[in-house]
Amino acid sequence: MELMANLALGLSTAVTPTNLLYCFIGVFLGTLIGVLPGLGPTATIAMLLPITFVLPPVSALIMLAGIYYGSQYGGSTTSILVNLPGEAASVVTTLDGYQMARQGRAGVALATSAVASFFAGTVATLLLAFFAPPLAEIALKFGPADYFSLMVLGLVASVVLAQGSLLHAIGMVVLGLLLGLVGTDVNSGVQRYTFDIPELADRIGFVVVAMGMFGLAEIVRNLENEEQRSIIAKITSLMPTKEDWKRMIAPILRGTIVGSAVGILPGSGSILGSFAAYSIEKKVSKNSAQFGKGAIEGVAAPEAANNAGAQTSFIPMLTLGIPSNPVMALMVGAMIIQGIQPGPSVIKEQPALFWGIIVSMWIGNLFLIILNLPMIGLWVRLIMVPYRLLYPSILVFCAIGVFSLNNSVFDIHLMALFGVLGYVFSKLGCEPAPMLLAFILGPLMEEYLRRALLLSRGNPWVFVQRPISATLLALAVLAMCTVLIPAFSKTREKAFVEGSG
Amino acid sequence: MIAAGENSVKGNLKDFLIGIIYIAFGLSAVVIAREYSMGTALRMGPAYFPTVLGGLLILVGLISVARAFLQSGTQVGGFALKKLALITLAVGVFGLIVKGTGLIIALPVLVILSAFASNEFRWGPSFALAAGLTLFCVFVFIMGLGVPLPILGSWFGG
Repeated sequence: MELMANLALGLSTAVTPTNLLYCFIGVFLGTLIGVLPGLGPTATIAMLLPITFVLPPVSALIMLAGIYYGSQYGGSTTSILVNLPGEAASVVTTLDGYQMARQGRAGVALATSAVASFFAGTVATLLLAFFAPPLAEIALKFGPADYFSLMVLGLVASVVLAQGSLLHAIGMVVLGLLLGLVGTDVNSGVQRYTFDIPELADRIGFVVVAMGMFGLAEIVRNLENEEQRSIIAKITSLMPTKEDWKRMIAPILRGTIVGSAVGILPGSGSILGSFAAYSIEKKVSKNSAQFGKGAIEGVAAPEAANNAGAQTSFIPMLTLGIPSNPVMALMVGAMIIQGIQPGPSVIKEQPALFWGIIVSMWIGNLFLIILNLPMIGLWVRLIMVPYRLLYPSILVFCAIGVFSLNNSVFDIHLMALFGVLGYVFSKLGCEPAPMLLAFILGPLMEEYLRRALLLSRGNPWVFVQRPISATLLALAVLAMCTVLIPAFSKTREKAFVEGSG
Repeated sequence: MIAAGENSVKGNLKDFLIGIIYIAFGLSAVVIAREYSMGTALRMGPAYFPTVLGGLLILVGLISVARAFLQSGTQVGGFALKKLALITLAVGVFGLIVKGTGLIIALPVLVILSAFASNEFRWGPSFALAAGLTLFCVFVFIMGLGVPLPILGSWFGG
């Protein structure tokens, strides 16, 4: 079977001592930042991007991927033990996880989360292996018009899935597209919006924007309400009872399905998946009365969902070369730095890289179980690191990291500026993720729009005449319509309120 | 800046402020793009796409402002201006002086300035943190990874 041969190739790539080491470093760092407050995977990967220059491409991507899904594990640990999500996707885990901890079942909650995540990670890895190659086959047939429509669909989805006002999310996307155009226009050589600053001629670096809006702005937000973290819960037994096992199986399965499906969609990545899984579980569960009071289902389902989503969000990136969230955009950046053009041809031209990454994800999930259960004591101590020592260190790494990308002091100042912008927007209730996505897609969209219209001799109907493009646009319209239908928009609001409540 | 955010107002202040920001960005985009050639839909000039986007952003901004007067809304939380200023200042100053003074001075300045932003600021731990981070960065980033930042900068003949 071809799949088996491919997985074997991946295995032989992933289990070399070097790659195993970087996989381990990745998931270790991921768990670390998941546990530490106020440091998400986007900012961390942005900081570490310069270091990956010196690594071989496979090792670099294996490590970065490990950071991403590792952070989902670490984030749930703090949710359960101190009622503070270490990472946005684990917000819902606080609802029942922390209640379980208060009832003296912290260990069981942690074990449930680990088992759910491992199972979901395994399934999602298999899904990736099954569906990525055929999707890439289809993507090879994409013309410029199809790519343009695909990006429209991606941006619409990120707007629909964004938190807060729909109108403002649209504005953020348009603003992001505009910011992405700063720099030299590839077709005419004209410098746009550069204000004669030479550093801007080469476009605003994505890492600069990501670190400013996610790193710096987030620090100021966290400083607004500094809180002491104290661990109430003691960890006694890790082993779930027979009854626990029985109760968690179905929620894990459902969470995995929901998380995998939502993870492919652009926008919030794994965050929405965990919200959705929790809401569904609450509806279908026999024990729905216990939800919010320490129901094991309320831990199992969202934990499975966020880990599955973190992994399926690689599908659009690896097959189409289009990032579905800021973390994937950084992965695209890392690939370009390594001289690999992400897109449907990666599977054919770099099979060892592609399958190596996929198999490494499964190995990484195995590492995570080992890291998280026996080593829980170490993480517990790290949770106690006070924020006042943590955030100056984050700033230092951001400043040096952003400098080292282009050896440019200007980028440091630009990052500070985006920090201010990001803070103002977040205070006004605008989520930065759709803007970042649009920022990356901006120049690509313009390029594909130009090419599509050039090929069609200026006929704008080309976008609805090509079947692939027309389907994608129809999906985009459909997605927009669903939000405008009152019933759905209420559920959307409710899902977010429940999640953040 | 937008320090008046805490006052409760009739109408939706959030919508209003975001609307104004969008209109400002959109207008600048359109106005600046007039310097570039527009081209046609068949052969788009550099001004084509940004002008369309700028127009769209102005439209979103206008709807937002209009909506602000029609709906009453939630209050905007207070802006932590002092903390925001300190963090921005710390990073900005680091950028300004790092080539001149070198990491040995610029990095502690960044750490201490930013540490002021915490409510629980104390001199002792902040100095210790600054010293530790400086050592770490000199060894890992400059000596290990070869980031071209001076340890002691040009102002001191470094």
